[in-house]
Amino acid sequence: MPFTIPEINLVPLLPALIPAVTAMLIMLADALLPGKSKRWLAAVALLGLAVSAYFTFTLYGTDQSAFNNSIVANNFSIGICLVVIAGAFITVLLSIDFLNARNLDFGEYLALLLGAVSGMTLMALANDLIVIFLGLELLSLPLYVLSAFWRTNDLSLEAGMKYFLLGAFSSAFFLYGIALVYGATGTTNLELIRSAVDGTSNMLFVAGIGLLLVGFGFKVGLVPFQWWIPDVYEGAPTPITGFMSVATKAAAFAAFFRVFMIAVPLTAFDWQTIMALLAVVTMTVGNIAALVQTNIKRMLAYSAIANAGYILVALVVNNAEGLSAALFYLAAYTVMNLAAFGAVIALGQGDRERLTMSELSGAAQQKPWAAAALAIALLSLAGFPPFAGFVAKFFVFGAAVNAGYVWLAVIGVLNSLVAVYYYLGPIVRMYMQPPAEGWQQTPARTPALLAFAVVVVVLLTIGFGLFPSELSQFAQAAVK
Amino acid sequence: MSVPILTLLILFPLLAALITALLPRDNMRLIKGWAFVAVAIEFGLSLYMLANFVPNTSQMQFVEFYPWVPQFGISYHVGVDGLSFWLVILTTFLMLIAIPASFSEINVRVKEYFIFFLILESALLGVFVALDLFLFYVFWEFSLIPMALIIGIWGHEQRIYAAVKFILFTMAGSLLMLVAILVLYFATGARSFDLLELQKTIVPANLQPWLFAAFALAFAIKVPMFPVHTWLPDAHVQAPAAGSIILAGVLLKLGAYGFMRYNLTLFPDASQQFAPILVVLAIIGIIYGAMTAAVQKDLKALIAYSSVTHMGFIILGIFVFSQQALSGAILQMVNHGISTGALFLMVGLLYERRHTHLITEFGGLQKVIPVFGFFFLFVMFSSMGLPGLNGFVGEFLVLLGSWETNPAYAAVAAVGVILAAIYLLWAYQRVMQGPVTNEKNKTLPDLNRRELALLVVMAALIVLIGIFPDYLLNPMQASVTQLLHFDAVAGLVK
Repeated sequence: MPFTIPEINLVPLLPALIPAVTAMLIMLADALLPGKSKRWLAAVALLGLAVSAYFTFTLYGTDQSAFNNSIVANNFSIGICLVVIAGAFITVLLSIDFLNARNLDFGEYLALLLGAVSGMTLMALANDLIVIFLGLELLSLPLYVLSAFWRTNDLSLEAGMKYFLLGAFSSAFFLYGIALVYGATGTTNLELIRSAVDGTSNMLFVAGIGLLLVGFGFKVGLVPFQWWIPDVYEGAPTPITGFMSVATKAAAFAAFFRVFMIAVPLTAFDWQTIMALLAVVTMTVGNIAALVQTNIKRMLAYSAIANAGYILVALVVNNAEGLSAALFYLAAYTVMNLAAFGAVIALGQGDRERLTMSELSGAAQQKPWAAAALAIALLSLAGFPPFAGFVAKFFVFGAAVNAGYVWLAVIGVLNSLVAVYYYLGPIVRMYMQPPAEGWQQTPARTPALLAFAVVVVVLLTIGFGLFPSELSQFAQAAVK
Repeated sequence: MSVPILTLLILFPLLAALITALLPRDNMRLIKGWAFVAVAIEFGLSLYMLANFVPNTSQMQFVEFYPWVPQFGISYHVGVDGLSFWLVILTTFLMLIAIPASFSEINVRVKEYFIFFLILESALLGVFVALDLFLFYVFWEFSLIPMALIIGIWGHEQRIYAAVKFILFTMAGSLLMLVAILVLYFATGARSFDLLELQKTIVPANLQPWLFAAFALAFAIKVPMFPVHTWLPDAHVQAPAAGSIILAGVLLKLGAYGFMRYNLTLFPDASQQFAPILVVLAIIGIIYGAMTAAVQKDLKALIAYSSVTHMGFIILGIFVFSQQALSGAILQMVNHGISTGALFLMVGLLYERRHTHLITEFGGLQKVIPVFGFFFLFVMFSSMGLPGLNGFVGEFLVLLGSWETNPAYAAVAAVGVILAAIYLLWAYQRVMQGPVTNEKNKTLPDLNRRELALLVVMAALIVLIGIFPDYLLNPMQASVTQLLHFDAVAGLVK
């Protein structure tokens, strides 16, 4: 068999290449240029992200593929890439003063962050199991390090270690799944897998897909693969927690949706029922566990699990409407969750953060704007109109109802009711209780960049809620 | 209509709230003064609507329609007709009362307080004028947040418990309504959330009971009907006085309004099936609320339970499907807003003077604060339905209409009128008459000019509506007829 070199087209890879190149530039600059605190590297990172956002956007509508169809830059992947890049942009802004206050190194941090972005966009573009795995590893390895980045903090180290051990384990599952699927079908390309399976069931194939499900379930945080999330989210530096909760989720869900919707015919493996059950279990466990949390980062971790359940509902629906609802949800979740984590950072002082519920008490009287931002983010997460979270849930449950899954929508809204209780917790503390011990002194002003980033995501949270039309049209066009 | 009056009504309070946010935190006089000016302007806007309302039509008026999320058939569609018209004016009026009623009670975090009130006004008006189910739901849910914050921040000892309970109860009902709205959207094939479009379709008969139940649960909790009323006494007892005025005066009306606007028109068959259940629950509410009110130790809880009774009459009036009863129910919504609002205002005034709501703490106040005593008795007369005052007309029409449908309904409900006289007059006796037993009560100041002005306005309305009810009843007739027409099609009205 003659070996043909596939045509080389790097253009569809730009969303992954530009962050990777920027990461290398930052590493070089960090190593070669003098100076102690290299805050200005953040500007390089922001510039790199802006450039990659620009080129990603120019790819919109072109529907290109490369490397023998293993990279597909269709509108859905572009949408996810934009969500990831925008999330990273906000994360950099949230990180600058956080790193400064803790004397952490900018060069390594930013290079790792951009490396993760590159992995995430690669995963979103991938149309081949091997490429998905490459993206998965490329995003995971920097995040393991970033979780442990605050090395003088025990919780941060614990987070990095836990994430690494469990993450490596899940990667192994994923890789073995690829091997089995390859064994059953003789290919790793998603479309070719589907035609190779040809609608018939096959134990090897089903086992392989099952293992892939474990890998995806781990990354997006489905029950019962969610155990790492609370500890890692609690321990990781707050901007990183925010970044992981939104960007990893977006990238992993993109690949998750694509693998199941393209490669796995329902006749070979009835995954709709399994996904429906996983969605119910995931949202229920996430919401109920969140009820008893006393640390807001842990609470948001369980909320992230519950939200993975809601997004999974869109996969159960298994049509274009569900896919566009999921894209809208991921975009909305990105802005509101970053608003929540950004507000948590803004509520802190120096290298201290108000993390427990009792520390949040009375915060509204000391930092009214940061408290209002957190309140809006939490109300949006709870699904109150007129914020983004409400519209996102409305579209997802709407897609479910339209596909005949009324029961799933009912369980979803009942879960939202449970969730309202814990999302209200911090709001009640901040607004209705007197200031906490040790936090009574006049607070320092919120740094300008941090304030700017929080204002942007809060305004987007409100904007997507009040004017969902444009974003939802984009999401609909993206899945055509 | 060239002036987008309804949008102005919705947006102006938000703008006023934004301006309030920019005022200096320490200048309380300025903040309070501005808040009052803002609600006065808002009331003026609603009077403009009053002046331009055409009474003899069931058509929606002052309609505005803009596509919002066109690909999902969601639009910004607002309008008023005879059903919502008076409720809009009631809302702006009670805000005009509630804001100055808080001037002396609220002295901490004044700025936020008035901001939340103004946002609340916008949300409440939005619920009454929305003609798109998505838009309606947005306002409906959003109105919870400012109200819960008002209870939770400026309320009394158990305020946080009451605020959270208020939110969770209401959400429990409305989330299922959200699913029902989605099912409605897909099942009717209208692919629109527009109420007027959906009313043209026929909702499949097998779905109607489910959808009716989901909507009814949301509204029943808000009303609140027996047995889902338990959040109400907590919320009222803990809320600041102005919060209680708006809660009783406007928020409870949202539920009754929802029954009329959505349940009756969208699910006529199911309305027929469910009417006996709702009527029985309403009558239980009338009797149960009255009996529970009679044994309350806390004056505010007593008035809260009296609201359960009054709202029972309103629901009864809605679900006997008669022109008189339905008109009476709408009138009674306005009446209840004014008289219960006035009662909560006065209990608030007592609280400002004595920092308690307990009936046993009072006694003999008539001698100490006679002007207050006069108004207290007068408003109670209105609340118990004394002929010549406003409450009589509404209750009478409801009973009349119920009698035509089923005399037993009217007979049992009428007992509620008697019980109302018992618990209110007994409360009056314990608070106002007899000797002054508590030393602290001997030096209470009587009404000041601000308080007197508020009560004179409310008392004047109580008399005027009692004497000239037609002024309120006439503009709603065409819409009431139209509303009953939906159920006539379902073969219900005789």
